[in-house]
Amino acid sequence: MSVTDRENTAGALVREPVARRPSRLFRNMSGKIASIPMVFTTLVIFVGCTLWTVLYSFTGSGMLPRLNFVGLDQYERLWGSARWMNAIENLAIFGVLSLVFTIVIGFFLATLLDRKVRGEDAFRTIFLYPFALSFIVTGLVWQWILNPDFGVQQVLRDLGWESFAFNPLHDAEIVLYGLLIAGLWQGTGLIMCIMLAGLRGIDEDIWKAARVDGIATWKTYVVIIIPMMKPVFVTALVLIASGIIKVYDLVIAQTSGGPGLASDMPAIYVMQQLFGAQNLGQGFAASTMMLVSVVIILIPWAYLEFGGKKRG
Amino acid sequence: MADLSVTAGAMTGPRGQKPKRALSPTNIMLYGTLIVIAVYYLIPLYVMVVTSLKGMPEIRMGNIFSPPMEITFQPWVKAWSEACTGINCDGLSRGFMNSVYITVPSVIISIAIASVNGYALANWKFKGSEAFFTILILGAFIPFQVMIYPIAILLGSVGLFGSLTGLVLVHTIFGMPILTLLFRNYFSSMPEELFKAARVDGAGFWSIYFRIMLPMSMPIFVVAVILQVTGIWNDFLFGVIYSSNELYPMTVQLNNIVNSVQGVKEYNVNMAATLLTGLVPLIIYFISGKLFVRGIAAGAVKG
Amino acid sequence: MVNSIEVKDLTLTFGSVSVLKNMNLHVQEGEFIVLLGPSGCGKSTLLNCLAGLLDISDGQIFIKGKNVTWSEPSERGIGMVFQSYALYPQMTVRGNLSFGLKNAKVPQPEIDKRIARAAEILQIQPLLDRKPAALSGGQRQRVAIGRALVRDVDVFLFDEPLSNLDAKLRSELRVEIKRLHNQLGNTMVYVTHDQIEALTLADRIAVMKGGVIQQLAEPLEIYNRPSNLFVAGFIGSPSMNFLKGRTLDNGRAFQFGSTRIDLAGYEGGAVLERDDAILGVRPEHITVSTTPLAGPSLAAEVEIDENLGADSLLWLKAEGTTMSVRVPVEGRLPPGTKVHLGLDIPKASIFDAKSEQRI
Repeated sequence: MSVTDRENTAGALVREPVARRPSRLFRNMSGKIASIPMVFTTLVIFVGCTLWTVLYSFTGSGMLPRLNFVGLDQYERLWGSARWMNAIENLAIFGVLSLVFTIVIGFFLATLLDRKVRGEDAFRTIFLYPFALSFIVTGLVWQWILNPDFGVQQVLRDLGWESFAFNPLHDAEIVLYGLLIAGLWQGTGLIMCIMLAGLRGIDEDIWKAARVDGIATWKTYVVIIIPMMKPVFVTALVLIASGIIKVYDLVIAQTSGGPGLASDMPAIYVMQQLFGAQNLGQGFAASTMMLVSVVIILIPWAYLEFGGKKRG
Repeated sequence: MADLSVTAGAMTGPRGQKPKRALSPTNIMLYGTLIVIAVYYLIPLYVMVVTSLKGMPEIRMGNIFSPPMEITFQPWVKAWSEACTGINCDGLSRGFMNSVYITVPSVIISIAIASVNGYALANWKFKGSEAFFTILILGAFIPFQVMIYPIAILLGSVGLFGSLTGLVLVHTIFGMPILTLLFRNYFSSMPEELFKAARVDGAGFWSIYFRIMLPMSMPIFVVAVILQVTGIWNDFLFGVIYSSNELYPMTVQLNNIVNSVQGVKEYNVNMAATLLTGLVPLIIYFISGKLFVRGIAAGAVKG
Repeated sequence: MVNSIEVKDLTLTFGSVSVLKNMNLHVQEGEFIVLLGPSGCGKSTLLNCLAGLLDISDGQIFIKGKNVTWSEPSERGIGMVFQSYALYPQMTVRGNLSFGLKNAKVPQPEIDKRIARAAEILQIQPLLDRKPAALSGGQRQRVAIGRALVRDVDVFLFDEPLSNLDAKLRSELRVEIKRLHNQLGNTMVYVTHDQIEALTLADRIAVMKGGVIQQLAEPLEIYNRPSNLFVAGFIGSPSMNFLKGRTLDNGRAFQFGSTRIDLAGYEGGAVLERDDAILGVRPEHITVSTTPLAGPSLAAEVEIDENLGADSLLWLKAEGTTMSVRVPVEGRLPPGTKVHLGLDIPKASIFDAKSEQRI
């Protein structure tokens, strides 16, 4: 404890202890302690582990991680691998279709429910319940429904349409559509809810003004309402896109990546390399590529949200 | 009254309520479309239930949409207690208990930590806290596959790989971004005067949390619980990687039962098993209804 | 002459709640009529029914002699201005003004002509290429009025257009709207809860409460001869003083507590003898004197005086009732002063306490 000399009120010189100001580090201790989990998670897990994987993607790790740098070797092998290219192509097709249809169907359902229908709660419950299920459950149910011998194909044949053929599980050409049907079933409910919330946030007077102007309902939606809902659409886009890149459970359950490799996905490739083929380096490189694609999607969105115009 | 002669002639013509035919073309299209789409959503549920109540001979004869001629609960019994995964033939009951053991602690711990964290971020900000929070949120977008292996190594190094504690830890960590966001936003929206008055009264970090914040935030806790229970119960990836054979959650077991069994496929047992796995989150969903929607919207709509 | 707007027996019920009850209203061409009342009285609802945005349960609506009861808003010959402006956010001002016209397939030269005319009247020429977000509140409201103007209609409907503006802008735009009415001469139906707007803008005011028109008359008539207790208390700030008592002597006097007030000069109906009556006198119709007065007067004691700058408000207690009186600034008196209040009976109103009607 340091001391100073100063005059007291009576004019005599006295020594007084001076309390040291608590250093900034110790201010708000409780708040900082409470935030330790968050700090730990962000630094060690999110940042740390990600960097670790990226780092090791430049090594020649095989069965065990080893720090022998091989430059871009893993990436060359990755992009030269037919299986990886196939998986990327599958993901692209499935991803784009998923994105488009989820948003279209989600928005469409939201507009229907926005018309103050009777039983809105019931309909919304029905459209959203698939979201409560695991992807595994979804995949297995639709695997059964699309079963060629007992499912949709057989039912339509029994009804007289002899030559009807819809066998996604054994037809490499259309397996992705089988996945699409299941994925849409699970995912559109959520987007519908978000869109509905967005629709409800539109000032009612805009609708009135359009009605007084004599604008038809569909035109009001297209020309006025949808542009006003841009932020909601962007949110939906980001949500769906980031979810699609990670698609794994659904495919494993419904098609196991098959037939053959027809519905193979990057996430499956990664898991296989890491835990199956004992080819860690490839696994790291592949997962880094997945990360890169997410970043590419996020950057424009983050710029729009946080950069550019700084909103309060 | 003046003008009676002028207005008397105009007494004819449309009067009163505009005729609103209940079966107007617009209405037919509207409800028609909604019903057709609702059917698409309900079919899988119907098929699951119907298939799980049939005997195998009946399945082979008919198609998936026909209702059972003879209802049998045998598939359910088999799914629960006798179905074979690759390893043993204990049925799903084991997976169910595992899921419970995994879900309950994960939910409790993740919510406890995230709520305190969210509270700190809302009311006790410090330099850099917002930056960390932003990274946390961005981190939620990182594909799990990127972090799986290093996490496995970390867990291994403290001897937690393949253990229940390890899995709970993983769920807690990955639940943090959304939960912290949820709680932070909720606590931020509570009137600041409450907090200030408590501080003037001399209350500190923890007493404010327990005596003021907590009692007032029951709704958001319910939402968080729903979100976490559903998410963790339905998880597959972490269950497959970070648990062990004895610890497999229901989802992993389900996949094993259906997809990795050679020989005769017992579709009815498979569907019963699938239904059983989906039952818990479905029940929660149907009971909590609107709260669930609010939770999803809150968790999904960021920033 | 055909009335511009006619409403016959209009009724609107939501489920079991009767929001508008058997309303009858005639608006003449070029008239500026204000629907005034507290929230929930049905004024906005009535306006929305006139516009065709709400379907009515019973009754008829005629605009310029044409039965529009079942017509769409765009077919009724109306333009509407909303409280929140409701401008289309992604279009420029020009776009906002022309959107409805383009949709109705009006030829482009005609559209340009109408926009130019509206822009000139409203002084918004420099704003034509801006988007709503780049405009101030007052500018946005002008554009909203412009959108109604270009429709080339006879009837304008205003739904509390100034409520979102701050006080200064409100009085500026209030004058603008009056100027607009003088210049264009269109029929205007204007909804507000602000009495000042009503008193300054209206040719006639319809005071509404509970879905019923309480009184439909010129502003001065409503101010001087309110038809019932509600209207009397609603108009005028501070509100009218109400003295509860009874009438005696065949209506020649009013007994208020221990004071007898002579009712000579009262302009109204037959007062008669009533056990429950209310005498209403406005704060500006009372004089204050420290010495006893000759005419009808009341003894009171000053409680509070409020200096409002231009004049003062005295709050007093008389026979246990609180009253307010407007006095010039020099007439201010300290609390506790005992005074005599002179009541201007010709300007007063007497109400039957049970029916609440003015006598």
